[in-house]
Amino acid sequence: MAHVSDLIETDIEQYLQSHQYKSLLRFITCGSVDDGKSTLIGRLLYESKMIFEDQLAALEADSKKMGTQGQEIDFALLVDGLAAEREQGITIDVAYRFFSTDRRKFIVADTPGHEQYTRNMITGASTADLAVILIDARKGVLVQSRRHSYLVSLIGIKQVVLAVNKMDLVGYSQEKYDAIVAEYLEFAKQIGLENITPIPMSAFKGDNITDNSANMPWYTGQPLMPHLESVPIATENPDAPFRMPVQWVNRPNLDFRGFSGVITAGTVKVGDRLKALPSGKESSVASIVLDGPIPQATSGQSVTITLTDEIDVSRGDILSAAGSPPGVSDQFEATIVWMNDTALLPHRPYLLKIGARTVSANVSAIKHKVNVNTLEHLAAKSLELNEIGICNISLEQMIAFDPYAENKDTGGFILIDRMTNETVGAGLIHFALRRAQNIHWQAVDVDRNARATQKSQKPAVLWFTGLSGAGKSTIANLVEKKLYAINRHTYLLDGDNVRHGLNRDLGFTDVDRVENIRRVGEVSKLMADAGLLVLTAFISPFRAERQMVRDLMGPGEFLEVYVETPLNVAESRDVKGLYKKARKGEIKNFTGIDSPYEAPEKPDIRVDTTTMSAEQAADHIVKVLEERGMLTGDHA
Amino acid sequence: MSGLTHLQRLEAESIHIMREVAAEAENPVMMYSIGKDSSVMLRLAMKAFAPGKPPFPMMHVNTTWKFHDMIAFRDQQMAELGLKLISYTNPEGLANNINPFDHGSAYTDIMKTQALKQALDKYGFDAAFGGARRDEEKSRAKERIFSFRSANHVWDPKSQRPELWRLYNARKNKGESIRVFPISNWTELDIWQYIYLENIPIVPLYFSAPRPVVERDGNLIMVDDERMRLHPGEKPEIRNVRFRTLGCYPLSGAVESDAATLPDIIQEMLLTTTSERQGRAIDHDSAASMEKKKREGYF
Repeated sequence: MAHVSDLIETDIEQYLQSHQYKSLLRFITCGSVDDGKSTLIGRLLYESKMIFEDQLAALEADSKKMGTQGQEIDFALLVDGLAAEREQGITIDVAYRFFSTDRRKFIVADTPGHEQYTRNMITGASTADLAVILIDARKGVLVQSRRHSYLVSLIGIKQVVLAVNKMDLVGYSQEKYDAIVAEYLEFAKQIGLENITPIPMSAFKGDNITDNSANMPWYTGQPLMPHLESVPIATENPDAPFRMPVQWVNRPNLDFRGFSGVITAGTVKVGDRLKALPSGKESSVASIVLDGPIPQATSGQSVTITLTDEIDVSRGDILSAAGSPPGVSDQFEATIVWMNDTALLPHRPYLLKIGARTVSANVSAIKHKVNVNTLEHLAAKSLELNEIGICNISLEQMIAFDPYAENKDTGGFILIDRMTNETVGAGLIHFALRRAQNIHWQAVDVDRNARATQKSQKPAVLWFTGLSGAGKSTIANLVEKKLYAINRHTYLLDGDNVRHGLNRDLGFTDVDRVENIRRVGEVSKLMADAGLLVLTAFISPFRAERQMVRDLMGPGEFLEVYVETPLNVAESRDVKGLYKKARKGEIKNFTGIDSPYEAPEKPDIRVDTTTMSAEQAADHIVKVLEERGMLTGDHA
Repeated sequence: MSGLTHLQRLEAESIHIMREVAAEAENPVMMYSIGKDSSVMLRLAMKAFAPGKPPFPMMHVNTTWKFHDMIAFRDQQMAELGLKLISYTNPEGLANNINPFDHGSAYTDIMKTQALKQALDKYGFDAAFGGARRDEEKSRAKERIFSFRSANHVWDPKSQRPELWRLYNARKNKGESIRVFPISNWTELDIWQYIYLENIPIVPLYFSAPRPVVERDGNLIMVDDERMRLHPGEKPEIRNVRFRTLGCYPLSGAVESDAATLPDIIQEMLLTTTSERQGRAIDHDSAASMEKKKREGYF
């Protein structure tokens, strides 16, 4: 590897000294499928002499075997990593590449251009200081170029290079270039994108990459590489008010109690007054530790801070400048980018991670979604993969935050699916919502225990779930009869009595199913509060909603009863003739046919209707209730 | 304007990652392979939890074929830093005398990949730090920093979780585990530069010294002990050699060199013309070989 610097050969120590102080620029490349992103990155690696001889030899061999550039070196092969991608000839995931010059070290996120991979672009962009937006000079500004630019603007990248590529294929025409740049700048203004540096180039031929191209004497600006080497890095914000999300409480012995984290904004020095959020307690900085004590630290550094007072601070809290603390709220408006095949549904509980805090959250409303191609606002009941929506979010507890535009680390969050643990969404906080009203629970002297004890029972919800035709209602009915016979107080909620009244306005889409269950859950909760044994019989196909109801109830009060019947058995019974209609396509979204059923993983009670009669199943359930002490009052 | 250097930014990122794992995993462990990358990772772990100690043990998957200097260095480091080390060897592999001479790629699978999985299962570790870097190899370049493994330790490159900002999602279901790569974004030069800057101890094998070697298939293999099988006609000779990567001695090619100081090594690295992993026999099979190994559970 021949680094340009002669110092390597003549004075290595001098070289190391000078390279110690290099800065780091992280950037992304984005463009449409054939705009030449991978070729550009390959070219940058090649020009910065980051390609070893053995790699170059392998590349030449690969180029002949599977390259798309005839006998010439196909730089794209350098960066198209995974075997599956190499076969398909497209980049399907974010790949990180590294190169350095005498002035800077660079980390490039190569992000896919194809529409369905918006989530990868957002991922790559979230850590980038700069974006290179590629445009094929032959094609001009495409729908995809607009989408990528919108995402770049959304994620808040402060520097943009407009790389008008493949100039060799338009005869290095200044006219073409000027027209593209003019059209782009007009669009960029609409989406508030600033600091745009247009550069005409050919990544394939090497024009305007490291040196000014003789083919385009009319271009007087800097070539790409010198621009990347000198552009200001605006990502860390040392001038903003101090913020440090606490990741870890460091307590190696009784004499040391420090709070560790990355400083995400501002600077801190010994003696500074800090405020911990959300508690609002204040103290002063006693010491700052890296490996040893340091007098001050700045945005971007990972440090440990000790305070002069013993105030309660734990993981997830934010230490901030006392004079300008972040906001605290449990309701926000935010932009959400959805990243999962399973759609975002309002009221479905997710986990939200922001800084080092993870809390339970749900989207209380989707105000609208954004068509990223036209920027139109559209009404939405759910967000599908790669859709972007403006949403209201409601959290289970208060958190400290900043608007994303002011601080990406205290204003950006991810949403996590509670069942699969996948990262399903990314969010950018706009502002806190004023709490519509503070609803305080009326404290009453006659509480649920008193009511239940009066009835010689413990309140509970028996949640029957299973396919249509499994026998949920039949068994639940029998259970209720048996409980009534022994003087217990019950109520049975089933699809029929609820769908005709309370939930008359709901259909059978995923969104409506979630809302259906939410309402049934809330009603069950009120009835349990009244001391009743509540039985519900709903297909309730999604685990997340059953979990949602479980979370509403006190510990041990939610009993999931899985009425297990194989689909073919349920379908052969077809008491109401529904399966037949569903198979004919007359009923849409029918569970088991064209809508999924997620079986319980650990039901509290399981009854198998292929081996038990309804009567036996009901007896079994009553027996479990007895064993669990549900049929005795507290002081019985 | 931020005054941070590239090494400061990398250091801060690595420390942040380690603290997240310590906070969110139930039973984390740091894989310590004794090489230069492990040395840097270890230093970062010491910094992350200073003045305390890292709240997780170190683990070395010992094939029994590591250089003797490596084991000596390992034990000395652990004693000096006061850290707990778990050394694990695949007992069946040991009993069946699985060795690099007779068993080829099965050796790597049994003594490294299988051993690693056994060790993780045995101790119930749900998160394991590894010192892999994205600049090493193509499939690594696309791997996340928090890389999930199924209960069978399988990596699925198609279902990786998006990683945004500094937010890492460490949640997993029972039985699943995470491999975490805190130095993903460091390059080989960054590693060396950091070692130089921070004065981090490394195994002496990285420095040139007269050592007994034989030339085999274009590689210089060091005769580290009497278990080395010499081919007919092979005679160990003393040459000035050093190692650019360390592993099992029969599989690690030495380079002839007089570089005896860190600046010498870095100078040689910068001027050299073959990439780092070429000294390791494991990657030679096919372009997709590392990806395949990783899917099977190799680090």
